Amino acid sequence: MAKELLEGNRAFAEAAIRAGCEAYFGYPITPQTEALEHMAARMPELGRVFLQAESEVAAVNMVYGAACAGVRVMTSSSSPGVSLMMEGLSYIAGSEVPVVLVDVMRGGPGLGNIAPSQGDYNQIVKGGGHGDYRPIVLAPATVQEMIDLTYEAFDLAEKYRCIVVVLADGNLGQMMEPAELPPMRAVRKASERPSWALTGARSRPPNIISSIYIDPVKEEIFNQKLQAKQREIEENEVRAREVLLEDADIGIVAFGTAGRIAYSAIQAARSEGIRAGLLRPVSLYPFPYDHVRRLAERVRSILVVEMNAGQMLDDVRLGALGRVPIRFYGRMGGMTPMPDEVLDEIRKLHVEVG
Amino acid sequence: MAKGRITIDETLCKGCELCTSVCPKALIHMSMDRFTPKGYHPASLIDGESACTGCAICSVICPEAAITVYRWAPARAALEAA
Amino acid sequence: MDTGMVEQIVYARPESLLPVHTHYCPGCTHGVAHRLVAEVLDEMGVRQETIGVAPVGCAVFAYNYFNVDFAEAAHGRAPAMATGIKRVSPDKIVFTYQGDGDLASIGAGEILHVAGRGEAITVVFINNAIYGMTGGQMAPTTLPGQRTTSTPTGRDVEVHGFPLRMCEVLAELDGAAYVVRRSLHDVPHIRKAKKALRQAFEVQRMGLGFAMVELLSSCPTNWGIAPQEALNFIETRMLPAFPLGDYKVHPAIATAEGRG
Repeated sequence: MAKELLEGNRAFAEAAIRAGCEAYFGYPITPQTEALEHMAARMPELGRVFLQAESEVAAVNMVYGAACAGVRVMTSSSSPGVSLMMEGLSYIAGSEVPVVLVDVMRGGPGLGNIAPSQGDYNQIVKGGGHGDYRPIVLAPATVQEMIDLTYEAFDLAEKYRCIVVVLADGNLGQMMEPAELPPMRAVRKASERPSWALTGARSRPPNIISSIYIDPVKEEIFNQKLQAKQREIEENEVRAREVLLEDADIGIVAFGTAGRIAYSAIQAARSEGIRAGLLRPVSLYPFPYDHVRRLAERVRSILVVEMNAGQMLDDVRLGALGRVPIRFYGRMGGMTPMPDEVLDEIRKLHVEVG
Repeated sequence: MAKGRITIDETLCKGCELCTSVCPKALIHMSMDRFTPKGYHPASLIDGESACTGCAICSVICPEAAITVYRWAPARAALEAA
Repeated sequence: MDTGMVEQIVYARPESLLPVHTHYCPGCTHGVAHRLVAEVLDEMGVRQETIGVAPVGCAVFAYNYFNVDFAEAAHGRAPAMATGIKRVSPDKIVFTYQGDGDLASIGAGEILHVAGRGEAITVVFINNAIYGMTGGQMAPTTLPGQRTTSTPTGRDVEVHGFPLRMCEVLAELDGAAYVVRRSLHDVPHIRKAKKALRQAFEVQRMGLGFAMVELLSSCPTNWGIAPQEALNFIETRMLPAFPLGDYKVHPAIATAEGRG
């Protein structure tokens, strides 16, 4: 397929459609409303389900319902709206139904602003809703990755019967880049829905989907099952990109928009003779701890760059286990760091640590 | 001379034109030859015939509260009204 | 000129409005609604006792325009915030200013319960049948067949249901003391709207219960028509769908207002 100039929000919506997404429930919130508008036009065209819910609380519960019925379903939102979805996400995780969420982060906390941010890393990557669960979290850094990761998210969600979050920011949602859309996959037939789904107890005992385990003994057993699944996900679904790390003295760890800015900075650093490289986690859960450990064994220092006060920083520290000095550079509140700022930090590190 | 007059604050007027259609004497016009500091064409009173009565209908429709309305009244009535 | 005549100011910008340029679109009736509320607060002399709660919507920056204390609520939660404020400061005049998404969509639970509790607050409900701030999506009050960016082929009642008539719903509740619908589409209706707003704030002062004034409003930008045409749309299309009138009037209020 040829590349087209595509806007991030519309691109991920179309990618979901081509992945066979059968239903979209959402609510307008800047900076991702274009996805809802794209779904509003396309889903009825294709005979699929679109509904603008009365709120994000309603939207996530509509998603929960559709997922219980065994269809591929998603929603998208931004920080304040995602906060509203936390209860729903916990219920979804506690009932093991597959769901895809695209979170286009904006400045916060509170109403904040509509500028890009990475301030919700902890909220999403550490679970978000109450209870011991972790969604798979994928972090695109380009419109192409918005497409590819969203397209793959539905398969992943069904493989593990879990939540998959595509964690983007307002920059990625609003920007336009050349990208290719994947081929249109056919929507599943009703007869092909999973056997656990609520489709009517015809010729089978009734299915019940619930997250309640009144007896703590049973709740613990269920939690152990969830934990076993988490281990499997951690074993199999780590993704990361490494750029110019083979001979690097300084390793930058950054995801999403911060990752692509860091990429510009390391190129500039290289032209000044500083051996900088980039580790860009693409899966934030499961976090690429092994990649970080190997990086820490190889470089003289690590610089973590984020658009928050230092959230992925904690995971990098966990992976590095004190082997190298770790420096942090962050912008908050919707401010986007410029490559020059990151380059300055690299230069400082180069002088201090070598 | 006119019974009344209006002033339109051009730092507030957004050129929405609603006042031009409610004035009973059609005395308000858009000044297409100039711009406000915000880049709008402002409305203004063009009252060569001294017809404005200070009825204040324009100020009721103005979304910017940009219009101040004046009316000449007998001094004694003004004192009593105060 | 010595004719015994003096020039009086018949109308000047209310003190309860700050002397600032607003971000509302040219011709947007938010400006009219703000002005009327400010005039009422001035005339009642309560500016310094008033606390407002702003919505999420085009009026999210209302606190920059009113010369009163203000809180910013999360989307739809203004009635709950207002409850918190009023319960601990019962001597203050507390009002919310909400759009159709804030009040009737995400905030449907909050507005129902604030009316049910008979909370002594005043709600100014701006109904322009669309989501303005986020760029023109469907609102709960969007008309059947109306094109919005989330109903690009027109609101299909089979999929999205019918508009919510909030005055009619809230008037059913015993806690509601004054629930009326007015319009801002022409000068006579704006004058009636102001009287209703005055009454709604007096109801609070009298401690009679929940008061709300729904104001049929325009959104020229997202309806895609000029300001005057937008006012005409209110008159020709919105009035039949949202009939003006007094849906609940507490017996303690002597009012000369009839329907319309």
